[in-house]
Amino acid sequence: MKKARRTRILSEKLISSILFACGIFSVLITIGIIISLFSEAIQFFIRPEVSLVKFFTGTTWRPLSSKVSPDNFGVLPLITGTVMIAVISASIAVPLGLGSAIFLSEFASDNLRSVLKPLIEILAGIPSVVYGYFAISFITPLIQTFFETRLGLDVSFFNALSASIVLAIMIIPTVASISEDAIRSVPQTLRAGAYSLGATRFEVVLKVVLPAALSGILAAFILAISRAIGETMAVTIAAGATPRVTFNPLESVQTMTAFIVQVSFGDAPAGTINGQSIFAVGAILFIMTFIMNIISDLIMNRFREVYE
Amino acid sequence: MEQNNFRTKIGVQNFNLHYGEFQALRDVNISIPENQITSIIGPSGCGKSTFLRSFNRMNELIPTVKTKGEITLDKININELDPVELRKIVGMVFQRPNPFPKSIFDNIAFGPRIHGVKNKEVLSGIVEKSLRQAALWDEVKDNLNKSGLALSGGQQQRLCIARALAVEPEVILMDEPASALDPVATLKIEDLIQQLKEKYTIVIVTHNMQQAARASDFTLFFNMAEDRAGYLVESGNTVKIFTNPKKELTEQYISGRFG
Amino acid sequence: MIAKEMEIKTKATEMRSNLVRRKRIGNFFLILLIIATLIGLLMLLILIIDIAIKGADWISPQLFTNYHSRKPEKAGMKSAIVGSVIVMGLTGLFSFPIGVGAALYLEEYSKKNALTRFINININNLAGVPSIVYGMLGLVVFGRMFGVFSADSWLVSTFNLPVGETALGGLEFDLFGLSFLHLKFPFGRSLLAGALTMTLLILPVVIISSREAIRAVPNSIRLASYGLGATKWQTISRQVLPIAMPGILTGIILALSRAIGETAPLIIMGAFTYVPFLPESVWDQFTVMPIQIYNWITLPQEDYRIHLAAAGILVLLAVLLSFNAIAVFLRKKLEIKW
Repeated sequence: MKKARRTRILSEKLISSILFACGIFSVLITIGIIISLFSEAIQFFIRPEVSLVKFFTGTTWRPLSSKVSPDNFGVLPLITGTVMIAVISASIAVPLGLGSAIFLSEFASDNLRSVLKPLIEILAGIPSVVYGYFAISFITPLIQTFFETRLGLDVSFFNALSASIVLAIMIIPTVASISEDAIRSVPQTLRAGAYSLGATRFEVVLKVVLPAALSGILAAFILAISRAIGETMAVTIAAGATPRVTFNPLESVQTMTAFIVQVSFGDAPAGTINGQSIFAVGAILFIMTFIMNIISDLIMNRFREVYE
Repeated sequence: MEQNNFRTKIGVQNFNLHYGEFQALRDVNISIPENQITSIIGPSGCGKSTFLRSFNRMNELIPTVKTKGEITLDKININELDPVELRKIVGMVFQRPNPFPKSIFDNIAFGPRIHGVKNKEVLSGIVEKSLRQAALWDEVKDNLNKSGLALSGGQQQRLCIARALAVEPEVILMDEPASALDPVATLKIEDLIQQLKEKYTIVIVTHNMQQAARASDFTLFFNMAEDRAGYLVESGNTVKIFTNPKKELTEQYISGRFG
Repeated sequence: MIAKEMEIKTKATEMRSNLVRRKRIGNFFLILLIIATLIGLLMLLILIIDIAIKGADWISPQLFTNYHSRKPEKAGMKSAIVGSVIVMGLTGLFSFPIGVGAALYLEEYSKKNALTRFINININNLAGVPSIVYGMLGLVVFGRMFGVFSADSWLVSTFNLPVGETALGGLEFDLFGLSFLHLKFPFGRSLLAGALTMTLLILPVVIISSREAIRAVPNSIRLASYGLGATKWQTISRQVLPIAMPGILTGIILALSRAIGETAPLIIMGAFTYVPFLPESVWDQFTVMPIQIYNWITLPQEDYRIHLAAAGILVLLAVLLSFNAIAVFLRKKLEIKW
């Protein structure tokens, strides 16, 4: 009997150790990401052809140029390309996503909601490469017609605006879902209080519910930008491969992610300057999204504390 | 039903209410006297709060609600008014204080603002007046920008009362206003209600019979029928109801034999 | 009496014009909200129609039986389809034990201490890391293995490993002498490396959804089991897991359905674009559907970038749809209503 008990205790311990290892594994992934990115990035920065200062302040990114010099490794064009697209797409996605969330949670009937909500979720399930196709197949011609023909502005075929628009469509469900959670968390009794004072439905939503849900909505906005920054295929296909510092969305730009893809296709072997440059860019990308995700989490946690 | 010599502020004729298939209130007929405190008592689940919410048509916010019969305010059928208009005239204080997550000032100014008052000075005047009426002015006057949520429970409830007063209603409905408060805060609220009856008609739902007995002028006793529909058993002068009720059911409830 | 009636009526009338204005503003904004909701859905509709129009005619048996070719009429995505299937199969195989194991640990074993909180935060963060970063992780950790198998590495010199003569080096041998356990290090641009990369990508999502499924098992079941003298693992393996399994499987299938559409991580870790053969082992090179589609989009000929790409997308979406349908079906069929 004792032996059976001992083996049972041992096997229970063994199992819990295995499961613990599985749990810790996720931490290993994070460590792996940090080590892989930063070890290669450091290799990049210690090269004589690269200067740390010029990397972060230089406005020319021409890693494929025959003249390999620190002047050609200024990362700002990639960053402005990424940020411009992210900001434009978030600016489109947040009003649309928030509007949907408000409509679905405060005005739509349960039946309507059960139909529309899954449909909106479908937008999130469509692969990025499909959005890239849609961008150059439908959106870009539309933009060209509108801006060139109607307004007489120069629109290059690959442009940031087209990418921003499809990106916005892609992240609408994320914004809508988080905003909706925030709005639903606002206690019903606050709405009742506002109604009892003689407010119309719209006033209750605008003047009581939304202000109360504000930090949750803010978290949604930051998360939207973070997702847009990390997006790859749609922007690679639609925005172009021309790194330049510009705030004109009608021009072609290159995002950090698009650059990494471009190099990966070119088969730059390990140890070459281009092979390492993608890790430097990747490290920046990781840090940016990491910080934004943390901020968004902090805001959400504080918001939850108030209402739960 | 007599209410002595007081004018009828709210009249209820043959009022029935259903939540979908379920009947919550059956055949209620009563007159609520003006400038008096009317309390509604009865066992849990007999429809007291539902009845109260019918006066400012808050029940309509629930989609499955259907009503039959008539409720009149100063002889006007309340269904003829826009609910928004009605709720300005008939205000409500809830069981648990529900101040908005805004400053004390903005909580009280909310009502006047949505009804069109924009002038800063006028608003300040209204805020002060309402806070004085709610006996809260002295405690908060030095910092009206403090969040409404930073007050104690009793203070929050008085804030909600001030907020309701700020739109200048004629009737104030209170759904167990002191049940979430400690005894000291409760007494303050009860005193406040006594003062308010001078200018307002007050209807209170309470499960606390002692409170009804000592604090109200007119009492309605509701009970739950076998099919769980609520109905009015007896109504009348509070003193008479509590000392010499006409119905046996009333007597039983008051002496604590059920509910 | 009449005076009081008049008073209320006057009050109401005074409010009336203000009220009408307030309501009109409300209605105006309601229309804006409805438009906001419908724009996204409209875009979805246009997307589907656009792709269907441009690609439907190009769906033919060739699409499934042929490799990519320089002649569009002959081009197909056979290797991409097979590659996707194998990668997803392996990914599911790898992520299931680790993901469910981690979920079990967190829900059934872990105590509420700082380490657990840290693991939680970590998993949530990983779920938000861009997929391209996972590609870079896979490249370094699985594809190149930090370069420890190249001819000049410290590992090779210390242990005198018989690496290949090229600059990349590489170690190949049969484990235990068995030829079917032929191993290659580093994993390079192989199916194995790709599957491992995708496993890491979907692991956070698998853990999160498995946790929800495990949490949904009523506690009374566990208590009943313990009350009968069962051990923790017996309770988990015989009661909790079976009940949570539909939810867990649904979660994995949904995660895989998102993974099928992922392009960037596999490009970065080295999947190929042109693969004119079917992989025969996990060490072979491969491609997947989204990469093939991307390739066609970038080719200059209209037949590729407009039509074949759209046809490929339709196939991809069909696969996605079926995965989701399977997940929903599974969930409905196996769910227990408490």
